[in-house]
Amino acid sequence: MKISIERGTLLKAVSQAQSVVERRNTIPILANVLIEAEGNTAQFRATDLDIEVVDKAAAMVERAGSTTVSANTLHEIVRKLPDGALVTLTDDSATGRLTVEAGRSNFSLATLPKEDFPVMASSDYACNFTANAAQLRRLFDKSKFAISTEETRYYLNGVYMHVSDADGGKVLRCVATDGHRLARIDSDLPEGASDMPGVIVPRKTVGELRKLLDDDEMDIAVSVSETKVRFATPDITLTSKVIDGTFPDYTRVIPTGNTRRLEVDAAEFAKAVDRVATVSSERSRAVKLALDEDRLILSVNAPDSGAAEEELAVAYGDERLEIGFNAKYLLEIASQVDRENAVFMFNSAGDPTLMREGNDTTAVYVVMPMRV
Amino acid sequence: MSALCRDCLTELQDERRCPKCGGMRIVRHDELFDLSIAHMDCDAFYASVEKRDNPELADKPVVIGGGRRGVVSTACYIARIRGVRSAMPMFQALKLCPDAVVVKPRMSVYVETSKRIRALMDELTPAVEPLSLDEAFMDLTGTAKLHGAPPAVMLARLVKRMKEEIGVTGSIGLSHNKFLAKVASDLDKPQGFAVIGAAETDDFLRDKSVRMIWGVGPAAQESLDRAGIHTFADLLRWDQRELSDRFGSMGYRLWHLARGQDKRKVSARNPVKSISKETTFFEDTSSLDLLDGHLWRLSEQVADRAKATGKAGRVVTLKLKRANFSLISRRLSLRDATQMADSIYSTARGLFDQVGDQGPYRLIGVGLSDIVDESHADLSADLLDPDAAKRRKAERATDKIRARFGSDAILKGRSMR
Repeated sequence: MKISIERGTLLKAVSQAQSVVERRNTIPILANVLIEAEGNTAQFRATDLDIEVVDKAAAMVERAGSTTVSANTLHEIVRKLPDGALVTLTDDSATGRLTVEAGRSNFSLATLPKEDFPVMASSDYACNFTANAAQLRRLFDKSKFAISTEETRYYLNGVYMHVSDADGGKVLRCVATDGHRLARIDSDLPEGASDMPGVIVPRKTVGELRKLLDDDEMDIAVSVSETKVRFATPDITLTSKVIDGTFPDYTRVIPTGNTRRLEVDAAEFAKAVDRVATVSSERSRAVKLALDEDRLILSVNAPDSGAAEEELAVAYGDERLEIGFNAKYLLEIASQVDRENAVFMFNSAGDPTLMREGNDTTAVYVVMPMRV
Repeated sequence: MSALCRDCLTELQDERRCPKCGGMRIVRHDELFDLSIAHMDCDAFYASVEKRDNPELADKPVVIGGGRRGVVSTACYIARIRGVRSAMPMFQALKLCPDAVVVKPRMSVYVETSKRIRALMDELTPAVEPLSLDEAFMDLTGTAKLHGAPPAVMLARLVKRMKEEIGVTGSIGLSHNKFLAKVASDLDKPQGFAVIGAAETDDFLRDKSVRMIWGVGPAAQESLDRAGIHTFADLLRWDQRELSDRFGSMGYRLWHLARGQDKRKVSARNPVKSISKETTFFEDTSSLDLLDGHLWRLSEQVADRAKATGKAGRVVTLKLKRANFSLISRRLSLRDATQMADSIYSTARGLFDQVGDQGPYRLIGVGLSDIVDESHADLSADLLDPDAAKRRKAERATDKIRARFGSDAILKGRSMR
């Protein structure tokens, strides 16, 4: 194999590959990227056995062929090469080395046989549809903060993507929760998606997927089966196993009878929470919200380090209420609000609280209070 | 050379025998009246308490521990002469010493006795750091004026009073830091008083085994062995960088210990680091029902201990020992510290399910660590487990009933398994 490829193009493909590759590998081949050259494209494939990414890049192929080389090393080399350089990759099967040349730089890297590289088995996808990148970005960006990292409840370690009934008919819905907070994000149901099986997309996949979604206009081909999910742009295909588990029935967690309504400027609210939380060094900083007629007093009382209080003008017309929350959870939820005011719906100091943006029910958040 | 009669607390010069009381128990050292960091370790504590309370046991080998499958928690000095050691399986101990009197531990009595010893130590200095019921560090720096006597005299008086007023004996290690004080208390047991001075530290350590370091267990020992480190002299050949590269934070500590340096303070703020309970089965088992019952009981015991001390923990640990003695240990950090049996149990159970079927097991244990004050515990509930709040209330109510009518007054069905 001998190919020449522009440094920028190569860097994009290789960085995608190296981020999928696990840092610590017991199986050496999994640290490698599989490079396959044919016609006028080079294809870069990397996997951690759960996720596979394939990136096609335009290249001048002098001699077709394929090999595997350390994804991390190749990435580091290409990253350090000057912008605009033309990089030539030459595979010498006799020595088992891959030569990387650019300008006056010359590298020789150890390779492993391509036959050893595990290629993810292809799957029959029950459902194929096209979704807009901006739409998918909103679904995952607004839900991913609530993904759990707790390994015993592994079925919470991802975003539950499924089709659901909402007021206006069927929607494509993403839900994530860690038992302390929950995010439920809806979007229009893309054509052809109505039969999609519900799948739990793992945290790492959500992170890798995000890199495909920067271009608003891009159409993403989505394929879903019971065990796998695939997101593809014309150049990049991301295939991932889904979490084999049952996502809990989240619908009973979302409060419907909360009547005490607080409306507040989300940005001001977030800043105030952040300020008062400064005095506490606890990992689980509790912020107390004291609500009275159109007035909100945020306070933190950390006996060891100090106390803080801040008052905000808000819209609140119900009876007095004092309720505590983890400051980090409040901040994360408030930062999801970008257009209108944040609307909180409370019940009591011990019950889950609901938050949404204005009257928009397509993005709903639930957070569990804390004893203060 | 400074010297002290340990029987009548007279400060002596070079006499072999105390001119005042005629006693021979004299401790002698150049730095005797300059050193102030001490470690007190009771001699075969549980066994001494049993012998104190039952004089018939006085000249018999006494072993404290559970049933046939249990391990020895303490052996008296008579049993030790026969080769019985702590942590030895009971059947082995009985093979070595068939006439041993096995006594089931009476923890509440030991706790009570320990409190009385603690009170005596508190009279010497506010800086008392108990390591367990029967040993503690003390920092007596700057107390000589207050007591009108140097630390060595006060320490000799302490063990004397322990023997006379409480009826248990202890050994003192006196040195210039915690590590060496702890090493010293073990040199002259029982009823010992050993001193390691600054001047002799290097010579003293040189040919000693690194096993002596508190915290170097079998696993650490093995990795030290592989590195060719057996004695302190071996350690001295390594530079700080090499040691910390190879052994992480332990390496850094080893480098200092090799030079007899230990900067840790004697901290009175008794930091409880973990609470754990474990049980060794009468027969190895893989019965899920039985194991689950134990898991609940142990979780409850850990929770009881946490509640009793006003503590809570953020990390739950599950420990399983398989029939071939290999150890499985799993841990999980909770978002919210807990002291509730219900939360400890459900977390431990989740870990147990994660381990899968690797039985039969001979031991199961549950632990709680990353300890915080209970005011930081159980602050929030789980969205996905709305019944948890009810179960917590039930547990609090159960606790009240048990506090009033005894710990068996009310039990969960699953603890009967």
